[in-house]
Amino acid sequence: MYRSHILICGGTGCTSSGSARILQTFQDELTRYGLNEEVKIVKTGCFGLCAKGPVVIVYPEGAFYAHVRAEDVKEIVEEHLLKGRIVRHLLYEETAQEDNIKSLDQTDFYKKQKRIALRNCGVINPEDINEYIAYDGYQALGKVLTEMTPDDVIDVLKRSGLRGRGGAGFPTGLKWSFAKASEADQKYVCCNADEGDPGAFMDRSVLEGDPHAVIEAMAIAGYAIGATQGYIYVRAEYPIAVKRLTIAIGQARELGLLGKDILGSGFDFDLDVRLGAGAFVCGEETALMTSIEGHRGEPRPRPPFPAVKGLFGKPSILNNVETYANIPQIILKGSEWFASMGTEKSKGTKVFALGGKINNTGLVEVPMGTTLREIIEEIGGGIPNGKKFKAAQTGGPSGGCIPASLIDTEIDYDNLLAIGSMMGSGGLIVMDEDNCMVDIAKFFLEFTVDESCGKCTPCRVGTKRLYEMLDKITKGEGTLEDLDKMEQLCLYIKDNALCGLGQTAPNPVLSTLRYFRKEYEAHVIDKRCPAKVCKQLVHYVVVPNKCRGCTLCTRHCPVGAISGEVKKPHSIDLEKCIKCGACIDQCKFNAIVKE
Amino acid sequence: MKSLAELQALRDKMKGNMGVRHDDTGNIRVVVGMATCGIAAGARPVLQAFTEEIAKRGLKNVTVAQTGCIGICQYEPVVEVTVPGKEKVTYVKMNPEKAVKVVVDHLVNGKVVTEYTIGAVKK
Repeated sequence: MYRSHILICGGTGCTSSGSARILQTFQDELTRYGLNEEVKIVKTGCFGLCAKGPVVIVYPEGAFYAHVRAEDVKEIVEEHLLKGRIVRHLLYEETAQEDNIKSLDQTDFYKKQKRIALRNCGVINPEDINEYIAYDGYQALGKVLTEMTPDDVIDVLKRSGLRGRGGAGFPTGLKWSFAKASEADQKYVCCNADEGDPGAFMDRSVLEGDPHAVIEAMAIAGYAIGATQGYIYVRAEYPIAVKRLTIAIGQARELGLLGKDILGSGFDFDLDVRLGAGAFVCGEETALMTSIEGHRGEPRPRPPFPAVKGLFGKPSILNNVETYANIPQIILKGSEWFASMGTEKSKGTKVFALGGKINNTGLVEVPMGTTLREIIEEIGGGIPNGKKFKAAQTGGPSGGCIPASLIDTEIDYDNLLAIGSMMGSGGLIVMDEDNCMVDIAKFFLEFTVDESCGKCTPCRVGTKRLYEMLDKITKGEGTLEDLDKMEQLCLYIKDNALCGLGQTAPNPVLSTLRYFRKEYEAHVIDKRCPAKVCKQLVHYVVVPNKCRGCTLCTRHCPVGAISGEVKKPHSIDLEKCIKCGACIDQCKFNAIVKE
Repeated sequence: MKSLAELQALRDKMKGNMGVRHDDTGNIRVVVGMATCGIAAGARPVLQAFTEEIAKRGLKNVTVAQTGCIGICQYEPVVEVTVPGKEKVTYVKMNPEKAVKVVVDHLVNGKVVTEYTIGAVKK
């Protein structure tokens, strides 16, 4: 028996800040003190609070150590594990109380969360199928195979109200029923793990933290629609996810939970992983299937929909990782349980990847209908440096910006669409007053121009022209006529592009034009960037009465644009200045400002 | 694995290993004093004897934890056992053999081993 478990986050975030070395150090220290027989080390998936990583939790106390360094490990082992004294100064500040520790689910970050898709992330060792089984893993598959008909399964999903978590929000049960209705000698179940939105990482975290949940759900899908083979399409840039997925599939096969005659039911199902090369368009369903087939990842017109003619020309379903991760729970706990959470038309929870100008960067899972204010101010811990919230971007390059005036919007599929954004896969990028909205729109357009596959003209040429107009505006060369032209072009691309990539690519422009038109006009009419981001529209000047003439800036200016005598106010040669900002970073007296 | 029953048997077996990661408020707590005085008096073998015996008997709902010095160093190794809803029992001058007896009598059968408690030893 292990009297204590040390859970170390092995997600991508904590791994890149050194959690592997921390794990090694724990192993060494425990061996040194002869504790390795009584204390177990578990490498888990993402805990969600990435901002505080690397994260280590020690049970049974549930002590949550934040920002752990390898140098701290010795102290934790000597004090906490050997002598039973929690190392308070290393705890996550909020949990360290006078005479006790606050349990993690009582902290502001976790209190309002409801973890279904992420329920095992940061709780189990994803590389050990036994831990998944201990938490009711594969029970849903067992229930489906022994007690339910395929129609029962689809019926439960329909009644649960589960909608696709990849972005578009199509009802999952309905999708499955179409595929079931198609007659064919072979059908396929596919999983979309080609998470491409900049800033979104929930699918990666599910695969890294709880790969078996996806595998189990895909087997259930296979049973429901009558498929015996599945493919998980995951991007090669997710090496940890790919590794754990491969291990998980191997372990499931070994136990007979994948393969022939699963649990003696006569049902066969197997899975393979296919690696994508990271093209954004391959997240689109027809392009993804084309890519699995071994062709160049390009979309094709629909209909026929994949439920009729999909992978290798056979009826197929494609669901997103997060969608699958919900399914075993829905089967076990029932459709009423799931439908009791969320709003009228959006049931259950949604995972968001919080990023940008926010204190608690990380992964959060909240019931549908939670307001943006709750996510940003309460769970996210607000905006750093006392800055003001300006907008939130959801849905990545396909989504839009939600302005501060709509911060009380209850987030669900329909509300987001109504205000010109979309759920997308769940990236939520928070912006403060230092972000220029024109620049944001330009950033996303640059992304879609790069990622457009080029098959259809509206997307290939349209996004490029759109980008050029935005570029012109950020340089102060735009006209009011450009704004109208841009709007027209946006609508044209939306109506005519072949696939989802092009159809949604203008959203960042449209939504910023809708809510931040004044900012566009400032760029066009006053030749001014209110957030002081657009390089061509700002210049750097010295505030004479603040400058002490310390010459620090002159020494750091890479182009020698700053001159002046010692102890006298300096000046910047605007002709030479390349606006790199090195002087502002160096100045200790805030004597250099952007105008 | 060829049936759901086998899967459920495996789940029940594995569940026992995950115990410490749950909320342990309803558990019996066995707390071993592990300050310098405790360790010097031989608290480590006592702690190990507890964990081994608890595992051997497959007891659920028992948390084994450590604590620092409670101020009666002459009576170390000290072990406190708290059964929910009952008064705390303090065992003193423990050794691995006594630990096994405490597990059997107190944890399993609910009978306090009076002769090892601080009240008995002080007299």
